[in-house]
Amino acid sequence: MNGITHATALWYASRATGVVSLVLLTLVVVLGVLVNRQGRLPGLPSFAVTGLHRSLSLLAVVFLAVHVITAVIDPYVTIGAAAILIPFVSPYLPFWVGLGAVALDLVIALIITSLARGRMPRRAWRWLHWLAYAAWPVAFAHGLGVSTDLLSGGLRVVAISSALAVGGAVLWRVSQAMKATPRPERAAAVLAQGDDPPRPPRGDIARSERTSRRRPPREHRAGGPVSPPDDPAAGPRNPAIGTAAR
Amino acid sequence: MGKKLRVDPISCTGHGLCAELLPELISLDEWGYPILADGPVPRRLERLARRAVTDCPALALALVREKPAHGRAG
Amino acid sequence: MTSPTALAHPRFSLTEPLPVPVPGHPAQLPRLLPRHGAVPVRLADHLRGRGPVPYRGGPGQLIREVAAAGLTGRGGAAFPVHRKLAAVAGGPQPVVVGNGAEGEPASSKDKSLLWISPHLVLDGLQLAAEAVGSRTIGLYVHRNPRLLRHLQIALAERLDARVDRAPVELIEAPPRFLAGEASSLASVVTGGAALPRLKEPRLSERGVAGRPTLVQNVETLAHLALIARYGARWFRSAGTSAEPGSMLTTLHQASGRTDVAEAALGTPLTDLLRLADAGAVLVGGYHGAWLTTAEAAGLRLCNASLRPAGAFVGAGVLAALPAGRCGLAETARVVRYLALESAGQCGPCFNGLPRMASALAFLALVDGPGSARRGMASRWPDPAAARADLERWTGLVEGRGACHHPDGTARLVRSALRVFAAEAGRHCQGQCTGTEARPFLPLPPEPAIDAADWS
Repeated sequence: MNGITHATALWYASRATGVVSLVLLTLVVVLGVLVNRQGRLPGLPSFAVTGLHRSLSLLAVVFLAVHVITAVIDPYVTIGAAAILIPFVSPYLPFWVGLGAVALDLVIALIITSLARGRMPRRAWRWLHWLAYAAWPVAFAHGLGVSTDLLSGGLRVVAISSALAVGGAVLWRVSQAMKATPRPERAAAVLAQGDDPPRPPRGDIARSERTSRRRPPREHRAGGPVSPPDDPAAGPRNPAIGTAAR
Repeated sequence: MGKKLRVDPISCTGHGLCAELLPELISLDEWGYPILADGPVPRRLERLARRAVTDCPALALALVREKPAHGRAG
Repeated sequence: MTSPTALAHPRFSLTEPLPVPVPGHPAQLPRLLPRHGAVPVRLADHLRGRGPVPYRGGPGQLIREVAAAGLTGRGGAAFPVHRKLAAVAGGPQPVVVGNGAEGEPASSKDKSLLWISPHLVLDGLQLAAEAVGSRTIGLYVHRNPRLLRHLQIALAERLDARVDRAPVELIEAPPRFLAGEASSLASVVTGGAALPRLKEPRLSERGVAGRPTLVQNVETLAHLALIARYGARWFRSAGTSAEPGSMLTTLHQASGRTDVAEAALGTPLTDLLRLADAGAVLVGGYHGAWLTTAEAAGLRLCNASLRPAGAFVGAGVLAALPAGRCGLAETARVVRYLALESAGQCGPCFNGLPRMASALAFLALVDGPGSARRGMASRWPDPAAARADLERWTGLVEGRGACHHPDGTARLVRSALRVFAAEAGRHCQGQCTGTEARPFLPLPPEPAIDAADWS
């Protein structure tokens, strides 16, 4: 294979894996919000949502690794190995490549803390994991600036959908958190529900259709003014699969 | 010494993941919050228990060494 | 009954009767409060009557004396004081906080003690701080402008007279039931809201601002100040051998009068409460238990006597429910208050307690043509269904919160269902023992409205 074809192959590989990484990271962020809001995927138990969130993030790292390595060894442009992790030192497009390095650093921090989950203080873990909300926009900006791929054609559709997906998920999360009943008011909210005349029996604030092993599924709760923090508004649910494949 | 499951009721938001992973030891009350079975975790379930601890989105579950009870600080 | 004077006692409401010590008990009593009246004891009189503050000169010296005396906490948990002192004494830069926020609406002993004998409490605070090697001292009191001013003056006097070795910071507690809970206290003193935290790590290891913290009820500190002066043997001359000493009680008589009285542990309850006009007795406050008058008549003010009967001494709140009152209705009101006082942190508590309150309110209604119970038709078809739910929920909340709020509430509910079982039956027949609609057990007029009420 002559040098030019080799370079082209590497360059294309880098761009392709870059796009795939962005799509995977988009899915990871959306799934992360879904986990936090106790959302479910149809037909799957809730540990599937966390499992998918984790698996896709690891897959994203793999694609990121290929993306970064092919970009560096590709002789078409000079980037330099140091620019992988150190922002703004690349001779080629230092700013845009630099953003990519920042995003990669953040993703690496996220992966390391996730592997250390349970071995570090709970609050520290949460704060560090919020870096995800910084990593995605930086990665997205990197993608927009480092090549024109995302600006036209099919890839533009991909870029816009990704941005809408993440934007929508984040807006939803923020609005849910803002609507949530502050903790000291939760008991009063439950008490207020109880006083309402004809309503489905024993509606509760956490969820209405969760099947528990102690009683049969209940009907959907009719409306309700409050939505406590970290518990999503009630929605149709699928029964938990108790002893299904883990 | 055996290990026991402990839930932090302040962090727990009732995701219910733990009960799905470990129905032998954890069931959910009618509001979605976990009820832990008494006694130590059986050896064969220890790996699953560890997974439930790591997977809990609120990091509310913990596996602790059994401690002899002593008086509370009032 | 002595009519309340505006200056004599700090109040949340002026209609409460003035608490006075009950005379006629063993010669050593009263120890904490003056024999008669509710006039605050001045510093000069206090020092003249009791002697100077017996500083030991170094940390750790007092602990042995306290251990020999067998002093236990008077805030409700009755934990051995010397163990708490020893646990905190080893730590770096410990903090000492006197807990005067009784939280419990039915208890007046701590505010009475702080009003009448503040110097005894403040002596105890200094001595405890010396014993654990602390120079960071706080006094945690409910927001009450008159009491706070009174305490500020007392503290200023002491600093001027060089009675206090370290300054004491007054910290205001929000008017919440759980504000007096030890971890809530630590949270407020650190600068946060009055929300309970987990038991681990213990306050004696990591409390206020991460430092080892000693939290002691103000009455406990007063006893400590006396033990330091008169010794362990003197302290043990009242009370029982297993539960030595005396304690302050808040007595709600069936006549409507409320007294704060000091009694030796082991005193028969009939010496404290007039049971002749009572239909039932509440022992231990709103996290305590109801007893029938027959049961109460045979019991004494000590855990050895009360625990086998399903009750406990707690913070010494005793109430004799007058014969013409409905115990179910009283309990329902109290449980509603307790539900609204949930910190809302733990699912079983903020879900269970309000539902228990609704069920109990349903049982407290009286059946009959056109009655309120019929109007609440949809939630429960009949009282048996409500009772079944109530019993299930009571079982679900116990032991599943970070603090003992759900446990205490469950205890109260269980005892009410037992003691007022006959009353519940009467309600189903359309009758009720209650001839008075006026509530008996005291509750604050304003419930907590929003999160701001917790700081």
